[in-house]
Amino acid sequence: MIKTLKSRNHTLASGQEQLKFLSNGIFGDDKLPTFRKKIEALDEFPLKPASIEIFQVNVGYMCNQVCKHCHVDAGPDRKEVMSRETMEVCLDIMSKTQIHTLDLTGGAPEMNPDFRWFVEEANKAGVQEIIVRSNLTIILANPKYRDLPKFFKKNKVRVVSSLPFYQPDKTDRQRGEGVFAKSIEALQMLNAAGYGKEGSGLYLDLVYNPGGAFLPGNQLELERDFKKELKNHYDIEFNSLFTITNLPISRFLDFLVRTENYEEYMEKLVGSFNPAAVKGVMCRNTISVDYDGHMYDCDFNQMLGLKVDQKAGQHICDFDLEKLENRHIAISQHCYGCTAGAGSSCQGTVA
Amino acid sequence: MEKTYYDPADLKKFGDVADFQPELAKKFFDYYGDVFKDGALTSREKSLIALAVAHAVQCPYCIDAYTSDSLEKGATEQQMMEAVHVTTAIRGGASLVHGVQMMNKVKKLSM
Repeated sequence: MIKTLKSRNHTLASGQEQLKFLSNGIFGDDKLPTFRKKIEALDEFPLKPASIEIFQVNVGYMCNQVCKHCHVDAGPDRKEVMSRETMEVCLDIMSKTQIHTLDLTGGAPEMNPDFRWFVEEANKAGVQEIIVRSNLTIILANPKYRDLPKFFKKNKVRVVSSLPFYQPDKTDRQRGEGVFAKSIEALQMLNAAGYGKEGSGLYLDLVYNPGGAFLPGNQLELERDFKKELKNHYDIEFNSLFTITNLPISRFLDFLVRTENYEEYMEKLVGSFNPAAVKGVMCRNTISVDYDGHMYDCDFNQMLGLKVDQKAGQHICDFDLEKLENRHIAISQHCYGCTAGAGSSCQGTVA
Repeated sequence: MEKTYYDPADLKKFGDVADFQPELAKKFFDYYGDVFKDGALTSREKSLIALAVAHAVQCPYCIDAYTSDSLEKGATEQQMMEAVHVTTAIRGGASLVHGVQMMNKVKKLSM
């Protein structure tokens, strides 16, 4: 298992250092236009939100896996974890607003000791949709997690799981040795609980991200391939496939730099800039919350330490929907990842 | 002049060929775009054919471009290598099948 950037005291473990890196070099010497310049030309600067529909809560950075591309730099050594008190504030906000989706992420969100409590309380509070971003292998990581499919089913949680390819080699190279086999077993357990089965009302979506310095292909074509291959080889069914572009931050940024792919990858992102994708970027309908209750425009900005506009209130204790819906979204060059090609978000393509 | 015939940076300048002859370049790039659209063949199948042809014509620009493109289209490494073996089989076969011509000539000349 590889080590987190944080445990290695790597320069790129710091959000500030990453932002510095992204603003210098090819973007500092005007070889490539900054994201700000690019959206200024479209009259989209400052970037502003539409209405907030999704509360994406990162309940902690601890994870049983250490994936090579992880933008969270998650791993078993990460100790940041959301407390029940912070979860209570999140629930309070959701019950007082029209925000319809609670999107739980991490790390492995299931490793938070109050994860199940949070999900049950969100259900009691009448949250319309609860999403858990599960890495799948957590279900098999410890006997105490084996009943997660049943728990998800009981609480009508929508499960969104990463599976970068329908074959073992590419998946294991990105997510760790043996991850593919365990993911397949976990998917079969979810299917057995009714997830991904037509008419069950239990949704199971998969997330594809490229296994290197290239962009994702056509979402529908990849979904068709995944459905065919997973059904034929493992009798697995799922609902939708979301393609997500790897954003140049954290461990993926480290990979790009180490392998001398950074400049070419950024050129590709900038060259594939799609103005139509700017309209649909997820920061326009999402608020990201960290384990400590601070708010960000997205999970990527969270990892870079780029909190929401100070004037909008930066902590959930100061939550003010009107101010947040009128804020200016914080941007940097990593935003090119969400506007390349068909666009990218936690719900897949946007254009 | 450059000291080498090939520069990876030139691939990005492909469109610049229009500077010297815009009308023909436009026709070519429009056609090129249409060729690679989904049709009776999927865009991934077309990408793999392009990868195979790139090896046949030994064009480093095309190998670079269609390696990335095949990966983006979701091709497996096995599929990509099999495409290169198709190139190799046809190239090798194209030489070897001329062996028949050689044999014909040998037979004609020999008593």
